[in-house]
Amino acid sequence: MRATKFVGVSDAPEPLHRALGLTDAELDDIVAVLGREPNHVELALYGVMWSEHCSYKSSRVHLKRLPSKGDHVLVGPGEGAGVIDAGDGIGVAIRIESHNHPSAIEPYQGAATGVGGILRDVFSMGARPLAVMDPLFFGELTDARQRWLVEGVVSGVSGYGNSVGVPTIGGELTFDACYASNPLVNVLAVGALPKNRLVLGVASGVGNLAVLLGSRTGRDGIGGVSVLASAGFDGADGAESLDDAKRPSVQVGDPYEEKRLIEACLELLDNQLVVGIQDLGGAGIVCALSETAAKGGVGLNVDYTAIPLREEGMQPWEIMTSESQERMLAIITPENWDAVAALCAKWEVRATVVGHVVEPDELADGTTVGMLRVRKGFDGDIVAEVPAKSLADEAPLYHRPLARPANLDAINAEDPSADVAEGPLAEELLDLLLDPAWVYRQYDSQLFLNTVVGPGRDAALLRLAGPGLPSSSRGIAVTTDSNPRWCALNPRVGTALTVAEAAANLACVGATAKALVNCLNFGNPTHPEVMWQLSESVDGMAEACLALGIPVVGGNVSLYNESGGNDIDPTPVVGLLGVVDSLIAPPPGWNWNEGDAVVLVGSRMAAGDEPFPVAGSRWATKRGRRGGQVADFDPARLAPTITFVANEIAAICGGATSDITAVHDVSGGGLASAIAEMVAVSGRGVVIDALAGRGEFFAEFPGRFVVGTSDAAALLARCAAAGVAAEVIGAVAGAHLVIGSDVVIDVADVAARRRGALEDQLSAN
Amino acid sequence: MARIGVVVFPGSNCEYDAANAVSDVGATPVFIWHSESSLGEVDGVILPGGFAHGDYLRPGALARFSPVMDAVKNFAAEGGPVLGICNGFQVLTEAGLLPGALQKNRGLTFLCQPTTLVVAATSSVLTRNARLGQHLSVPINHFSGSYTCDDATYEQLVANDQIVLRYLDNPNGSRDDIAGVSNEAGNVVGLMPHPERAMSTLLGSADGRVLLGGFVGLSADALA
Repeated sequence: MRATKFVGVSDAPEPLHRALGLTDAELDDIVAVLGREPNHVELALYGVMWSEHCSYKSSRVHLKRLPSKGDHVLVGPGEGAGVIDAGDGIGVAIRIESHNHPSAIEPYQGAATGVGGILRDVFSMGARPLAVMDPLFFGELTDARQRWLVEGVVSGVSGYGNSVGVPTIGGELTFDACYASNPLVNVLAVGALPKNRLVLGVASGVGNLAVLLGSRTGRDGIGGVSVLASAGFDGADGAESLDDAKRPSVQVGDPYEEKRLIEACLELLDNQLVVGIQDLGGAGIVCALSETAAKGGVGLNVDYTAIPLREEGMQPWEIMTSESQERMLAIITPENWDAVAALCAKWEVRATVVGHVVEPDELADGTTVGMLRVRKGFDGDIVAEVPAKSLADEAPLYHRPLARPANLDAINAEDPSADVAEGPLAEELLDLLLDPAWVYRQYDSQLFLNTVVGPGRDAALLRLAGPGLPSSSRGIAVTTDSNPRWCALNPRVGTALTVAEAAANLACVGATAKALVNCLNFGNPTHPEVMWQLSESVDGMAEACLALGIPVVGGNVSLYNESGGNDIDPTPVVGLLGVVDSLIAPPPGWNWNEGDAVVLVGSRMAAGDEPFPVAGSRWATKRGRRGGQVADFDPARLAPTITFVANEIAAICGGATSDITAVHDVSGGGLASAIAEMVAVSGRGVVIDALAGRGEFFAEFPGRFVVGTSDAAALLARCAAAGVAAEVIGAVAGAHLVIGSDVVIDVADVAARRRGALEDQLSAN
Repeated sequence: MARIGVVVFPGSNCEYDAANAVSDVGATPVFIWHSESSLGEVDGVILPGGFAHGDYLRPGALARFSPVMDAVKNFAAEGGPVLGICNGFQVLTEAGLLPGALQKNRGLTFLCQPTTLVVAATSSVLTRNARLGQHLSVPINHFSGSYTCDDATYEQLVANDQIVLRYLDNPNGSRDDIAGVSNEAGNVVGLMPHPERAMSTLLGSADGRVLLGGFVGLSADALA
């Protein structure tokens, strides 16, 4: 195997700071902060804390443009998770993260530890994790390596999530060649808490103890945030380039440890035994220590020799930056130590005092600064001594250059449907259908008895209930959405449309959006085109969130998603949380009845120049057509339509009788695919009036819903009263999927083709 | 009102769901930590689903050594109703309270999906309120749920009417479509499907009430 190297680093022997991922200018900044040269341990601390992954140094200047305010927002961006007030004394926490590079190298452990990490973020807020979602992006399944990645990632999510006891209630599955060497594994988690249990990661109270809970610390995952997450993959030679040398930077997960850690931490919080608590994730204990100290404005004295280790001979810098999983940091009063130790012993969770909260140092100018001092013994030699907030909050901010890709005008000018070889429409439609059940059957989607709508539908819908929560008849809905094909053509509009698409998905289960989290997966930030995409995407998200009244309560930025110098398509993933005020009956789903009318609710044609834009559609992408222009984002049309559907379905969830028997949002694969999916799931045929050619069959733009109704006149009247476009496009009848004179397919064939599509591709040789 | 003990091992994760279901059918759940050597005053015991002690070795292989299992064995020997659901079933087979073993599913993947069960015996504490041949919609959620046993054991199961539930459409490769079995006396039952997940039409099925209602009802009778 050829020697590996990191992008942008020459083969020549290099200074230590560069090997740790710090630039020469960043080293100068550190010297300025400390007033001296840093020692090796200190350099390692800055290396991980100032990494792109931890510090958001390239993206923070843009993220500030996202709206984050709302009356119901209890905790906004910057904490372990965003928290909203869902009513009835219950807070709902939500968080999304990426675990892309670890999963590319070691798919099972990469995905498993992604789940573990996001759960710690949620229960560090005092919330019991109640659900996980996994948006996954791979290369085309014609490649054997991709099949290995899919099976590894899915079994990693399954193996960890099922065992730790948190249901996985949905996600997304996208295949595109741009992810072949850099798959994306994002993970979203939702939790709930009695509002009075809300806790933040703050160290306070001089004399208090910093207690490390959970696993011992090993050499796994050292430099995960810097070496792995904040650099691209090198070669263009596929598997070879997925550097074996980086494998030791992947962490290894232990869901049993995490399960006991969850129970112990929630019991510590219930018994009011902790002052503050913070998860250990990227950058390990130095991140938790410096962030809690910085937030509390205090100093921390840390004895690195007190930290329980997995192996002998670990150096102080390794101990401080290890990303060993299943660890938490709690700040407690000394009086509570005995109770904390006893409770942890019951759950077989290791608890060790590793630090003391101390007064901040007073500087010559009279100001104070909390110092993080790492010592050999609490009173022993100091091996590192740095201002905590310089690690946590004072990484350099980069205004990196932005540039619209030079070829984008030419790409936008292409006509994606020109001169496309046209086969039988029925076959083109069947070819787009794919049931992801093979994936979600491997996930426990039902634990806690809350799952009213599980994976594989427009959005997941849960009862708002869980151990220790006040009683409530509300529901919460969650969806993740992305459309990298739209965003490649127009990152601003594509992202805005993605937000609208997510809101439309929530509407199908009767929920109104209350909070958004984002996982911004982009390429190399030193490429001006990538930073332009990121900046545009943020603006599009801000525009849509303002128009639809949705606050952004958290997010994650994953950069350096590239291999061999090729960046992935811009892939902002949106996680949207909604609330249903009364959930006593299930929403209609996709099972319509014989004799129902099929109504298209929403504007039949897209906003913009092109009534049926296939640009960025799955249909066009399958044909290698990646050019054209996406639909305009038109909130004046979208918002009333989404609100109308959400209200109609919410009434059904609340127990009202309705003529609506089925509802499905039109998204990937277009109108014809949405109808075909309902046919496949319901087992009932339809006769649909002729559509306007391939454009109307396959164009993708949000704001349209296929609705089954037993009383079309009544539904159309309600739509008219709400100012929402609607028209009857067909009826539920017979045993065939019929669309005009173009498509006649037996219902059983539609169902079988959709059901088998994924497994057939996975089992190909 | 019957008091039903729900045993909690470190790594159990269906204990709250089992307790909620017990309340739903009118009984009082009581959590029993695995290190307890006594069950206290209970009329029945449920071993819930999950991954007791992590199950890294083999499902149930460590849990059978938990102190509480001696108390469960004594309770069962005295005729007390004992129900193992999913991981609880695996623990009961490892502990020798039920015959046979659970091996990995036929397709070697975890499966979470609805199944249709057919009631195959009505003499057990779990199925006594069900009709022979009744179809019940109850989901499964397991990796190691394929029931297996040697021929002699199988013949004994059949002869004694110990096969209590079968799958209509076998999802995991279980011998003779077996979804649940009882001991010879019928007071100890294990099944891989999760009746506690089928307690409400809002969640897709309320058929689990027939099973858990029967389990709790018998406990009430035993009390009287």
